[in-house]
Amino acid sequence: MSKFRKNGKKGQPAISTAALPDIVFMLLFFFMVTTVMRETSLKVINVTPKATEVDKLERKSLVSYIYIGKPIKALQSAFGTAPRIQLNDAFKTKEDIFQFVEMEKEERDEVERNMITWSLKVDQETKMGIVTDVKQELRKANALKINYSTKKTDKILD
Amino acid sequence: MAKREISEINAGSMADIAFLLLIFFLVTTTMDTDTGLIRRLPPPPEEITEDNDKIRQRNIFEILVNANDQLLVEGEYIQVSELRAKAKEFIKTNPAYPSVADVTNASYPNMPEFKEEDVPVFGKMLVSKQIVSLQNDNGTSYEMYIKVQNELIAAYKELRNELSNQKFGKSYDELEKQAGSSEAIEEKVKAIKKIYPQRISEAEPKKIGGAE
Repeated sequence: MSKFRKNGKKGQPAISTAALPDIVFMLLFFFMVTTVMRETSLKVINVTPKATEVDKLERKSLVSYIYIGKPIKALQSAFGTAPRIQLNDAFKTKEDIFQFVEMEKEERDEVERNMITWSLKVDQETKMGIVTDVKQELRKANALKINYSTKKTDKILD
Repeated sequence: MAKREISEINAGSMADIAFLLLIFFLVTTTMDTDTGLIRRLPPPPEEITEDNDKIRQRNIFEILVNANDQLLVEGEYIQVSELRAKAKEFIKTNPAYPSVADVTNASYPNMPEFKEEDVPVFGKMLVSKQIVSLQNDNGTSYEMYIKVQNELIAAYKELRNELSNQKFGKSYDELEKQAGSSEAIEEKVKAIKKIYPQRISEAEPKKIGGAE
C-alpha cells in the first residue's frame, strides 16, 4: 500500500496570501461608501424612542441636529444629571438656540435655507418641559420643519 | 556598467496598511441612517390671531397627557393602544364617509362638521373640519409623547390607505412612491391629502396634572 503513503517531508504548499490586500481593500471601500464621518461627539446620553411610522431623512446636508438628554457618566460630576441641550460640541441653554439656528442657516445656500430639517435627538427618559422650551425657541427662530428622531420598530409595547 | 535588475517590491505589508485604513474608517464613521417623525411647527406665536376661538369644540379632538403619562382623550381616560382607533373614528367623522351629503353631520353631534371643498380628482366633496389637538404637561415623558404622536400619524396613514384602496385600488403608500412618475398619480396623492389633511395642533404648553 505504499502507493498512498504520504511522503512526510514534502508537506503542503503555503496558502497564498497575495489576494488578502484586495479583500481588505474591498472591505475598506465598502465602509468608506456606506458610512459617514462622525461630526459631533455626544456629550449627552441619547437613546431615542421607538416608533412605527417613521420616515427616512433624505438629505443629510440639510439636517441640523439638536441633542437633549442627561450628560454622559463622565461629565455628570461636573454638570449634574439634569437634562441638557447640546448644540454642535457644547452644552448650551435654550437662549442659544436662536443664534444656533441663524448660524446653521448662514452655512447653507440661500435657496436651501428654508429646507433645513431640525432633527431633535431627545433621550427617551427626558421630560417634555425642556423639549417644549426648545420647540418654542425654534418657532421664534422660524425653524419650523422638525423631525423627532426615532428608531424604527414593528410594534410598540406599552 | 552592467544593467541592474530591478527587484520586485515586496507587497507583503500591503494587507497591513489596508487593515489600518479599514480600522480607521470603522472607528471614525457611523452607519446609522436617520429616521424619525417629521412634523411642522406652527409659525411664531404673534401671528396667531383669535382663530382658535372660532374653531368649534366639536371639531377638535382633544388629547391631554399628564405628568404621569396618562391619557385623557375627549374627556375619557384611555390607554395608548386604544388611541389609534378613536382617532381614526374621529378623523373619518362619519362611518359612512365619503358617501355622505349632510354638511352639518347632524346624526353625529359629537363629530366634526364638513365643509365643501374642491378636491383634485373627485371634484366637489365634503371634507371634515377635524383638528387634533395635543396638549402635554411639562412632566410628560418624551417616550410617551412620541408614542402618542406615532399613533396619530398611524391613524392618518391608515385612513388615507383605506380611502386610496377603495377609490384607486392601491394603497396611499404605493401611490406616494410612484408619484414622481406621472402627473395623474400625483393628482391622486393630492386628492387624498386634501380629504384627510394631517392637522395635529400642539397647543401652547400648560401644566396639567401637577408636576413640580
